[in-house]
Amino acid sequence: MSKYTEDDLREELKTKEYEYGFYTDIESETFPNGLNEDIIKAISKKKEEPEWMTEWRLEAFKVWQDMEEPDWANVNYEKPDFQAISYYSAPNSKPKYNSLDEVDPELLATFEKLGISLDEQKKLAGVAMDVVVDSVSVATTFKETLAEKGIIFMSISEAIKEHPELVKKYIGTVVPQKDNFYAALNSAVFSDGSFCYIPKGVRCPMELSTYFRINQAGTGQFERTLVIADEGSYVSYLEGCTAPSRDENQLHAAVVELIALEDAEIKYSTVQNWFPGNAEGKGGVFNFVTKRGLCENNAKISWTQVETGSAVTWKYPSCVLKGDNSVGEFYSIAVTNNFQQADTGTKMIHLGKNTKSTIISKGISAGKSQNSYRGLVQISPRAENARNFSQCDSLLMGNECGAHTFPYIEAKNKTAQIEHEATTSKIGEDQIFYCNQRGIDTEKAIALIVNGFSKEVLNKLPMEFAVEAQKLLEISLEGSVG
Amino acid sequence: MELKEKLVSSFMAFEDTVDVDSPVHDIRTEAIKHFENEGFPTKRQEAWKYTSLNSVLKHDYSVFPKHEDALEFKDVKKYFIHDIDSYKIVFIDGKYSSHLSQTTHDGIDVCLMSAALSKPKYRLVIENYFNKIASKDGLSSLNTAFSAEGAYIHIPKNKLVEKPIQILHFSTGNEAALMLQPRNLVVVDENSHVQIIERHQSLTDNPVLTNSVTEIFANKRAIVDYYKIQNDRETASLIDSTFINQKQESIAKVHTFSFGGKIIRNNLNFYQNGERIDSTMKGITIIGNKQHVDHNTLVHHIEPNCESHQDYKGIFGDSATGVFNGKVLVEKEAQKTDAFQANNNILLSDKATINTKPQLEIFADDVKCSHGCTIGQLDESAMFYLRSRGIPEKEARGLLMFAFSNNVLDSVKIPEIKNRITKIIANKLGVNIGFDL
Repeated sequence: MSKYTEDDLREELKTKEYEYGFYTDIESETFPNGLNEDIIKAISKKKEEPEWMTEWRLEAFKVWQDMEEPDWANVNYEKPDFQAISYYSAPNSKPKYNSLDEVDPELLATFEKLGISLDEQKKLAGVAMDVVVDSVSVATTFKETLAEKGIIFMSISEAIKEHPELVKKYIGTVVPQKDNFYAALNSAVFSDGSFCYIPKGVRCPMELSTYFRINQAGTGQFERTLVIADEGSYVSYLEGCTAPSRDENQLHAAVVELIALEDAEIKYSTVQNWFPGNAEGKGGVFNFVTKRGLCENNAKISWTQVETGSAVTWKYPSCVLKGDNSVGEFYSIAVTNNFQQADTGTKMIHLGKNTKSTIISKGISAGKSQNSYRGLVQISPRAENARNFSQCDSLLMGNECGAHTFPYIEAKNKTAQIEHEATTSKIGEDQIFYCNQRGIDTEKAIALIVNGFSKEVLNKLPMEFAVEAQKLLEISLEGSVG
Repeated sequence: MELKEKLVSSFMAFEDTVDVDSPVHDIRTEAIKHFENEGFPTKRQEAWKYTSLNSVLKHDYSVFPKHEDALEFKDVKKYFIHDIDSYKIVFIDGKYSSHLSQTTHDGIDVCLMSAALSKPKYRLVIENYFNKIASKDGLSSLNTAFSAEGAYIHIPKNKLVEKPIQILHFSTGNEAALMLQPRNLVVVDENSHVQIIERHQSLTDNPVLTNSVTEIFANKRAIVDYYKIQNDRETASLIDSTFINQKQESIAKVHTFSFGGKIIRNNLNFYQNGERIDSTMKGITIIGNKQHVDHNTLVHHIEPNCESHQDYKGIFGDSATGVFNGKVLVEKEAQKTDAFQANNNILLSDKATINTKPQLEIFADDVKCSHGCTIGQLDESAMFYLRSRGIPEKEARGLLMFAFSNNVLDSVKIPEIKNRITKIIANKLGVNIGFDL
């Protein structure tokens, strides 16, 4: 693989349409801490939402009040105080630093390794900079291309205003308000997110991405994403960013809903690299995400994720295979180091006939981290000829970390074929020795082996993500082997 | 819950019948308190997610059966592995039956828990081992509170017990509904070897609920071979909790054959307190109708260089439900652990259900741990092969299912048990397999 240089990135920026232009400019303003009906009404009003949306939020809030924070996941953390959080804070336009010199050198070193350009570095670290990169014209051409095809891609707040019929029809259909504690919370207070609609028979010509939006606006703490692929359409959606994000928001509770109508295909790729806390386990983001996709007949949803950040991750991208012949896929790499904890996996709910699902999960734990795979494969009595293949591999580095597997398999149909495999291993000394004697130092050798271990998943990522993700893996594990 | 209250209040009456000065008394009182707090498990508990006891707990069980009934050996002979010489400990409705039993004190102790709990010469063993590894959950605590009778087996150092020991529990149906709580203790000292066969059998269709707890201690280099045969009526339910504590270089094997019962729950827990330990648990489950079998296993790898092997096969027909919940826990000191877990299932009917959850929790890096789990059907091409050679469909199906479960039988060390199990499988599948082994 060729080296990813600054030139490449510049080239990429040119072609990649940096700013999508749906940055909503609200004056910097923060609501008082705490959550009650008035706050929700105020959020809704601030966003100029129609009444049905306000009602919908309040409904979610009512359910949420009666719910308890779940504690079944294999993670330990201090539960956030939900009344001590401000539920609305407009993006802070004021730069945090005046020059790169003030930025944490550790962070800069990471940027260096990821091959991120200076301008980009400033942006990511929150340094004041001139608006060279923010090219409005690029965004416009980008929007035009999509508009020609009839694709709607905008922030969800805009969509609520401009396409209320679509939002109203689909929001909450896959992840209902009362689905779980965090989904209910998100439904009540979600600040923003993305909305995407691909019309019938359209193949989205480019990969849709929230990549740059996220960096720019500081992130939505409670993001809501809704992707609808109408009959026979195709879309590939990228979420997240490989560069480490420093964020003051400790709690992130996002909801992602995917709807693949007949013959449609959605590919959803995530790279998550929130601040994982320092080497002593202080700080770090809590990432509690509900992601679910619904497949109609012959539809396909594919989730790919690379999880390297966050102090606590709690995330199960799922597929409801409702239609006959629908396909669900889940490819995941979860890396934990230092004191990180990840409890992640998937749910494949087979309802239709001839449905197929594949689960490939690679967990890598180092330092004092805990990495769990938790998955459910459910075959309903009507799901004739359902097929599932699951593979969960764990790699342990050092004896202070843990790897856990909790697969739930529930079969209620005799024609189901289900296979599940899990292995746990470490990097063999012979493998390291082999590399060493060929002049590859231990650290490089480990990177090589880890890459090989995760290849099946890395291959599923879109090109530009894959290159970065590979580097990210190396960085995440740096210093984990003595 | 009514049964819970009944049990808690009968504890007082129970205390009148036992020696309150015995050291076990404190253990019992504490245990009943535990049970009062915990109660019976519900589906809200992770370990009981797929098994509900509601249908079993609704009966009005007699806790202290009054009648004593003698059984003739010829009537119950078929429930024994009768073609080999063995020690026998037989209970009828929870009471020891001396004329069906054959116990010994000749070098080894194969006798009764009631004797061990009351006689001073066993006091040391009871103090050292009784209730040391049984878990503190509701059901085990309930058993501990009411522990009075069961099998007591103590094999001193360097003994090879030549005859297997059979433990049989019969319920005669004299009570409209009966609850039994046998408590077994097996202590096998250094270099000794013992084989044990356990069976619970109800003789009528009156409901029976057995809540059994067995504690097994395999000391240095001991070998314990334990066979559980569960082929009861569809009105009898069994909760069988087995706790095995192993010391270095010991070998413990438990085979569980579940072919019948209303609800069967097997809690099998291995604790490896030493190096180079070998633990094996294997099972065959073949059930139909509305039966429910739940295997809940735990292997706790605490020290380095140990092995564990799990292999469970299940065939589920009609509206039967199978549950497998296996857990391998590897502590960070337990380097070089080799743990393997397999669970293979066949569903024969659209109403049958399998819920399986093979878990690994690993804290050590230099280990070899894997698990595999499959759910599938009989191979169509294999069926065709057999049928094209003139084997009728039913027999062909039987042969394939037998082949599917056969490798579990490979590690059975007593040929008579192998024969017996083969026959039960053949009966279950309604075929004449045509060969004995």
